[in-house]
Amino acid sequence: MSAATQTGLIPTGAVRHNEMSVFFAMAALLALAPFGIYPFFLMQAMCFALFACAFNLLIGYVGLLSFGHAMFFGFAGYIAAHFAKLGTIDFTIPLIGIGPHINLGPINPAWAILLAVIASAILGLLTGALAIRRQGIYFAMITLALSQMIYFFCLQAPFTHGEDGIQSVPQGRFLGLFDLSHQMTMYYVVLAIFLFGFFAIYRTINSPFGEILKAIRENEPRAISLGYKVDRYKLAAFVLSAALAGLAGGTKALVSQNASLTDVHWSMSGEVVLMTLLGGMGTVFGPVIGAVVIVAMQNYLAQYGQWVTVIQGIIFVACVLLFRKGIIGEIAAKLKTAL
Amino acid sequence: MKSTMARLALISAAALVAGAALAQDKSVKLGNLNDMSSLYADVGGPGSTIAAQLAIEDSGLVAKGWKIDVVGGDHQNKPDVGSNITRQWYDVDNVDVILDTPNSGVALAVNQITKDKNKVFLNSGAASSDLTGKACTPNTVHWTYDTYALANTTGKAIVKNGGDSWYFLTADYAFGHALERDTEAVVLANGGKVNGKVRHPLNTADFSSFLLQAQSSKAKVIGLANAGGDTTNAIKQASEFGITSGGQKLAALLLFSSDVHALGLNVAQGLTFTESFYWDQNDATRAFSKRFQARNKNGQPPTMVQAGTYAAVLHYLKAMEALGANPRDGAKVVAKMKEMPTDDPLFGKGSIRADGRKIHPVYLFEVKKPSESKYAFDYYKQVAMVPADEAFRPLAQSECPLVKK
Repeated sequence: MSAATQTGLIPTGAVRHNEMSVFFAMAALLALAPFGIYPFFLMQAMCFALFACAFNLLIGYVGLLSFGHAMFFGFAGYIAAHFAKLGTIDFTIPLIGIGPHINLGPINPAWAILLAVIASAILGLLTGALAIRRQGIYFAMITLALSQMIYFFCLQAPFTHGEDGIQSVPQGRFLGLFDLSHQMTMYYVVLAIFLFGFFAIYRTINSPFGEILKAIRENEPRAISLGYKVDRYKLAAFVLSAALAGLAGGTKALVSQNASLTDVHWSMSGEVVLMTLLGGMGTVFGPVIGAVVIVAMQNYLAQYGQWVTVIQGIIFVACVLLFRKGIIGEIAAKLKTAL
Repeated sequence: MKSTMARLALISAAALVAGAALAQDKSVKLGNLNDMSSLYADVGGPGSTIAAQLAIEDSGLVAKGWKIDVVGGDHQNKPDVGSNITRQWYDVDNVDVILDTPNSGVALAVNQITKDKNKVFLNSGAASSDLTGKACTPNTVHWTYDTYALANTTGKAIVKNGGDSWYFLTADYAFGHALERDTEAVVLANGGKVNGKVRHPLNTADFSSFLLQAQSSKAKVIGLANAGGDTTNAIKQASEFGITSGGQKLAALLLFSSDVHALGLNVAQGLTFTESFYWDQNDATRAFSKRFQARNKNGQPPTMVQAGTYAAVLHYLKAMEALGANPRDGAKVVAKMKEMPTDDPLFGKGSIRADGRKIHPVYLFEVKKPSESKYAFDYYKQVAMVPADEAFRPLAQSECPLVKK
């Protein structure tokens, strides 16, 4: 954790100046990266980075360990893929066989992603309202249980196509302007979405709302005694985190042109925990680095098949034993600043 | 005059450079995208890489100055993992052709990306007849078998032998659905009926509830529309539940020699099923199997999927040789493959149709009794042969847009 968040104070001008310079450096680096690195890999890394940042908003700044974030990420992917490909809504009630059937046709990828975000936010509101009543391990278990329910829904619901997933999702034209089938255009659209999501999180944690979240993390009874309705704040943070995870999931579905069970599986919830811990929990840039490292491992070690998970496990143990603050957390501690 | 000379010199220099560039492009890279560690690993898996290497050796192209590499990848039976590897191979690693790819869900994803990137997909392991049906592309060849051929051969044979009421146990993904659909159509067309069906997730360990439902359906035949580890699990558990001794018959709609090996003859004896290759068919297949077994880690002879990978690669390389150099144009190579008649030691003479379907005879086999098995891997006896032109879906019924009607 950074010096600023440890004391619970608003970051000083110097710290914020640091963070902004790193932010612009990251944006510039990402804008140039596709000329040297495989763009498809970078796009996936950015989607997971945004997902990890959304998760970090909850665990790093509110102290809530959600073990079910895959449901927002994966379900949003299904929603975006379905609407970008078919756009049908079928409310036919089973057994009776009647009900409204709406056909919107394939819709613009931008609106498909927006719908995915809305769906995730609603899902976040429903699950969050249940889960925030408990703390610690119970909170984690409730989110895990709910995400398993969503997993089985995605396995059985007709529109998700079970094990096959939704394949060959058309990429279309973003807002009717940008042709996403062109890889570089797609890259910059994804970059814009990522920077938007990242900046939204950055602004949130540095706002008065973010300060209250940190206060809840540090000492919840004290926040209550000060007159804050902590449940509302927690719920708002949960919904925000779910919506941003949905933004990441919806974007990923369009990048990889498919939505599949991998992204709603509980192991994805574990993976995002790993990304966040590895990069540095409660740091602004940590989840980004953590996500890049994990996605790079999965991509470049793919030929070793199942050994990837073993290597991931070893890294996780090493991280917990040797550098508990995560990569960015340790660097920030060395530089005595917040990153 | 001087300028003409200069121009001539320029042209010949340009021709030299172009010639050199053409001469250099005699490299081909093959990618065996497979299930390397799970339920289909014995059907295709690392064995398909061995088959591809044998085909490269037999093509004799390396001696003629070609550079041919094979890489392997594990798609873990997940369509998203499979498509990521496919993109990476095509975009970064300059892979020209993807081989085998069991699991129809993954294969359909690879099929689409291969078309978008104009590469080649030589499928052997996936079964869904949609690959040469509504999902057909000018870049895909489907070599070994498909759900239509399985249904048409096994289904018909069983219904004609009195198995006229069916209950399906189906793997719940693209392959299972396609196999169930094609078999059901054959059963109904031959006067049988379907009592019911149940779908199980891919890679299921416990079939008890599914098998009990099948048992209580009172159907004469339980059709297993699944493959690999799922089929062997279901057959073993069915024998533990006494379903087969209770009078119901199991129809393994897709069974590979590796599955029979895993089951053992005691459990597998009497099963009838369809394959397009068996290692012990003739001298050519035996000779190939001997070479294959020497390199295969588990010492098993090739399955039909691995044999299909060998034959497909061999024909692909013949087409490459005929083209003179690698054109880096998948549709062009596949067009050449369709134009040339096929001839290989394992499947004999055949051809590839406009829809990408490779045509050859398929066989109905029965698993021998333990007492009939004389030597290692002596598992099958041939019951019937279906000639090439009857085994697969007629072009007239094809939904493939490439077929001109």
